[in-house]
Amino acid sequence: MPVRNKAEIRRVAGTGVPLRGNDVDTDQIMPARFMKEVTFENMGKYVFYDARRDDDGERNDHPFNEYRGANILIVNKNFGCGSSREHAPQGLMRWGIRGVVGESFAEIFEDNCKSLGIPAMTTDRATVEELQSFVEADPDAGLELDVESETVVYDGREVGVEIDGAMKEALVEGTWDTTAVMHSNMDRVRETANGLPYVEDR
Amino acid sequence: MSRNTLYDNVWEKHKVAELPNGQDQLFIGLHLVHEVTSPQAFGMIRERDLEVAFPDRTFATTDHIVPTTPEGRERPLVDDQAENMLQALERNTSESGITFFGLDGEKQGITHVVAPELGLSQPGMTVACGDSHTSTHGAFGSIGVGIGTTQIRDVLATGCIAAEKQKVRRIEVTGSLGDGVYAKDVILKIITDLGVGGGVGHVYEYGGEAIRTLGMEGRLAVCNMSIEGGARAGYVNPDETTYEYLKGREYAPSDDEWDEYVEYWESIRSSEDAEYDDIVEVDADGLAPMVTWGINPGQVVSVDEPIPDLDAMEDDTARKAARKAFEHMGHSPGDTMEGYDVDVAFLGTCTNGRLSDFREAARVLEGRHVDDGVRALAVPGSETVRTQCEAEGLDEVFREAGFQWRRAGCSMCLAMNNDSLGAGEVCASSSNRNFIGRQGDKDGKSVLMSPAMVAAAAVEGEVVDVRGYDEVAN
Repeated sequence: MPVRNKAEIRRVAGTGVPLRGNDVDTDQIMPARFMKEVTFENMGKYVFYDARRDDDGERNDHPFNEYRGANILIVNKNFGCGSSREHAPQGLMRWGIRGVVGESFAEIFEDNCKSLGIPAMTTDRATVEELQSFVEADPDAGLELDVESETVVYDGREVGVEIDGAMKEALVEGTWDTTAVMHSNMDRVRETANGLPYVEDR
Repeated sequence: MSRNTLYDNVWEKHKVAELPNGQDQLFIGLHLVHEVTSPQAFGMIRERDLEVAFPDRTFATTDHIVPTTPEGRERPLVDDQAENMLQALERNTSESGITFFGLDGEKQGITHVVAPELGLSQPGMTVACGDSHTSTHGAFGSIGVGIGTTQIRDVLATGCIAAEKQKVRRIEVTGSLGDGVYAKDVILKIITDLGVGGGVGHVYEYGGEAIRTLGMEGRLAVCNMSIEGGARAGYVNPDETTYEYLKGREYAPSDDEWDEYVEYWESIRSSEDAEYDDIVEVDADGLAPMVTWGINPGQVVSVDEPIPDLDAMEDDTARKAARKAFEHMGHSPGDTMEGYDVDVAFLGTCTNGRLSDFREAARVLEGRHVDDGVRALAVPGSETVRTQCEAEGLDEVFREAGFQWRRAGCSMCLAMNNDSLGAGEVCASSSNRNFIGRQGDKDGKSVLMSPAMVAAAAVEGEVVDVRGYDEVAN
């Protein structure tokens, strides 16, 4: 899958996958043994690898088995906590996830989502649970995350959600690839560095 | 909003510019690199024809995938994927002029053990690494943050990250620690009090009597697990303890420069009139050894108290999470962790893989032997730590007690190497995460605790209270 650059991401539409529970850690999302590959290419295959299987290795009723083809993930509190591994959101993205809505996200996970152009939007517990129930009742029903207007549209309704201001700006303006913009400031970077006693002047 | 805290001061000194999306471009003064999260980032800058901007501020080591048995470290490594990762890092660092503490060198070890002990981590720095435990370096009074691989690309190419300032929470740890109670117990207590998500959006400033009296290695253990409480960074203001630790270390300032550096370090401390977003108090007096009973690092209890009562939990989600933990760990209502059977004892990691950790564990093991049913591993956090331990004869204490004495690496903390927990095995572990599958098999069970507690559990074959254990006849 090509890396998406300079793309404006204003909305994500599709079907949902509800994943209930707080504090889902990145070890669950991407078990460490799958991180021995030097590219992210195959990460979509490994997402929730252990959680999706019974003891005998057979697929169980995990949402990532049941809601194939979904692209909007609906989670609860502190999703993506633990390890900083970008392999986790890379795996989610390569599995098909294009947007996440939840009660809250771990910070590094949220940053990684921004790096990948995946909007991570938050709302209260009642709204999240309602969205989860809605998708569980009708897995094929459409959902839409509107980044610009900070809403979720579903079931003919429009519900307000929140998104971090910087993430929104970066997605809507298509400037979520930070290397280029920061690289254009290299003179000022050197100036800042030279002002620090522990960095050798250059 | 916070004002005049170390966090504010260091941030201002490292702020390069405000970015169009409102974030700050923050200069990173120390970039630490390891084999697992960096190869993709080097690939990304290569694709864009960019070079590493600050190779002299970038240091690499290999830790996650390395075998910790002496024979396992012969090249090529038996595991092709591990060998491949190692070669990629060797190539990437040599091409970019980055110092690499390689597998065959005397300084190899876990990133967050190596940088502090070499004097690379210093007060008033910004430190970043593609590893969530970068919070460790805050022990020196720096801002240490874990970053994802795309952000590693940013740091490689520009020496910067795009970031937003967080709130600052002062955690005042009053009182003093009793015998058999350690920094690890303090941080486990903080995490259970504030919750695994409690620190999201915050940086933790640790202070108070119990922090001030901790040595640097204890402070490193506390800051290390900030992330387990949801705080991406945690720090302690630098003081004489910090300066004394740094003096004479390889990358620390020389005597000639020393005063100039101390002036800078003093200047970035939180001032007397510093303002915090909030202040939380934790009492260390009477604190018991703490152990995890569940499947996240906030599910913590005093070793001698019953694990929480499911029926008493008001929050439905918390009760469901606790029930999942009960099922995974095989608990019954009213159980205490004291007496919980243990199959594996694991000493080491970026939390507790330093000299003082092995000294404390050795004190417990002296003249004792590991229980017959227990597989016990002592894995120094770095080759430097291993050499220090061996110079003191600690390796002999561990060997005689029935521990395997290993070479440096992350080992069974995350099972990306030859060391892992088998199905159904219970591990008494000095590591930082008890997530399902973290240490190996998804039916493995992790119980986090201090190194002294791990040593005592190894001897008894079950979780025990290490307080007073020294005096108990063998």
